Amino acid sequence: MTLLFEQLLNGLQYGVTLFLLAAGLTLVFGIMGLINLAHGSLYMIGAFVAARTQAATGSFLLAVAAGMSVAAVVGMAMEATILRRLYARDHLDQVLATFGLILFFNEAMAMIFGRQPMMAAIPDFLSGAVTFIPGVPYPIYRLAIIAVGAVVAAILYGLIVHTRIGMLVRAGATHREMVRALGVRIGLLYTLVFGLGALLAGLAGAMVGPLLSVQVGMGDRILISTFVVIVIGGIGSIRGALAGAMLVGMVDTLTRAYLPTMLKMVMASTEADGLGAGLSSMASMILMAVVLIVRPRGLFPAHG
Amino acid sequence: MANLGRKRIMLALLAMLLTGLPYLADRLAMPDLVSLGTQIAIYAIAAIGLDLLIGYTGLSSFGHAGFFGLGGYVVGILAFHAAEGTAFVGLVPGATEAWVAWPAAILVSALAALAIGALSLRTSGVSFIMITLAFAQMLFYLFVSLKTYGGDDGLGFRRRNGLPWINPRDDVAFYYVCLLVLMIVLALCHRLVRSRFGLVLLGIKQNERRMAAIGLDATRYKLAAFTLAGAIAGLAGALQANLLRFVSPDMLHWTTSGDFMVMVVLGGVGSLVGPVFGAAAMVLLQSWLAQWTEHWMIVMGPVLVAVILLTRRGIWGALGGRG
Repeated sequence: MTLLFEQLLNGLQYGVTLFLLAAGLTLVFGIMGLINLAHGSLYMIGAFVAARTQAATGSFLLAVAAGMSVAAVVGMAMEATILRRLYARDHLDQVLATFGLILFFNEAMAMIFGRQPMMAAIPDFLSGAVTFIPGVPYPIYRLAIIAVGAVVAAILYGLIVHTRIGMLVRAGATHREMVRALGVRIGLLYTLVFGLGALLAGLAGAMVGPLLSVQVGMGDRILISTFVVIVIGGIGSIRGALAGAMLVGMVDTLTRAYLPTMLKMVMASTEADGLGAGLSSMASMILMAVVLIVRPRGLFPAHG
Repeated sequence: MANLGRKRIMLALLAMLLTGLPYLADRLAMPDLVSLGTQIAIYAIAAIGLDLLIGYTGLSSFGHAGFFGLGGYVVGILAFHAAEGTAFVGLVPGATEAWVAWPAAILVSALAALAIGALSLRTSGVSFIMITLAFAQMLFYLFVSLKTYGGDDGLGFRRRNGLPWINPRDDVAFYYVCLLVLMIVLALCHRLVRSRFGLVLLGIKQNERRMAAIGLDATRYKLAAFTLAGAIAGLAGALQANLLRFVSPDMLHWTTSGDFMVMVVLGGVGSLVGPVFGAAAMVLLQSWLAQWTEHWMIVMGPVLVAVILLTRRGIWGALGGRG
């Protein structure tokens, strides 16, 4: 029971990380109609830059700022030079061109930072644990990630519901052509939205550094989970991204925690560990399949 | 007409080059050419299957490697059980004969494609791309987790599947087997896309609603195409397992799906012959760049971006061929 509480918080924390990525990806798709595989690369860049900055300066806050800003700059440069030319192309071309970008970024990170996984340290002011339930200490750092996620969700909500840019974003997500026709400076809006998405991806990457090993290819794995999130949530919808991220975060974490134990009741221990790990990696995709059977357009469809 | 003549000449040249490749390798003292040629033929088979989806049905599947790897694993697992003298889940005995293992690979991949297609085809466009990707990745995780069959490390076996009159150790003979399979697949697909079934697929690609209006159930046709493409990928996977005498989760990795898509688009979408050129270009470019630098992907990535941004109809289009 006490373990369950801990795992629920872990699920929430993973869900928050997924949300930071999914929000950017789904906005970019909703507004520009672009499917960007290289979004995971921005997360990876954020993680590498932050880990290296932290190792060099010892400051965690500086590291997060560096990770976010480098990811945002790389993201906007990518948009302005390459992705912009892809908006009018079909999704197949977008997939292939951004697939090429992934190959490039993965190799570039390997050349700059090496193939050895890096581990960032948890900063002093966020180390340690708090005890909610007696006997169940929970790391402060993970709580801090959850808090950051909640703040980002609140800011995004305020930005999208209460500002002019947010209004354009909402309009763009539902009636893209109409926004263009009304003479909005769409190029600037696109670059801003893309920069925002890249910033959030960089933030997610910088924050997971102390929890996961920072290595080449880390963006690819989470990218696929992010796709699952936005398909479940409904492509283009921020609300859907939040709901999908929480669902996937929970399902993934809980199956990872409990499935091997449950399998051990029916089969040999070593087999159960392997199969349990495999099945829990598949759990979120099974969830996606179920959602698709019930609601083919996701939980919160954005368009029409 | 001029185009048609040029196309025929290109095809004849290609066929001659492929048939004479082992002789060429011998004369040039480049024995690697035979294994490169085999790899090209196998990838080309899988890519032709994908072209049926992308080029003729308008379905951008990002999960083709799932069926490719599944076919490979069927061959690997059957060989594993044959060597151990055990049975798969206690029921299916192992096999080392090609006439058992290859149809089994085709069948298993087709069934998987039928199930995955039935779910994925509930969506379209971008969701379809993401969902096929996710399902293939699901198969990837499945094989990573099966420790009995090597998990992460993959599964090796000692000998190629037995074929009558053919020495399994003879690489040149295996090359010709793959080439023959490629020709057969190409010919069958060529017939298929010109049949009523193929015309319906093209109609669906152009305007699904109109096909529905004339009373055709588009989803059933799309599912049939998806299943067929999966079966072809399974066959290619079975050949790939035989080429390396090794299968690993890498075969199902999503980057392999990406490679197949690149081959189709690079070679020329909707031409069936184009993917053969695409496969050749990919394999040759990779092996050439890999000789040159360990960091070949730093070049491959931008080349890919440039090709997508700057070209429209792929290699086959540039050579003057059409569908």
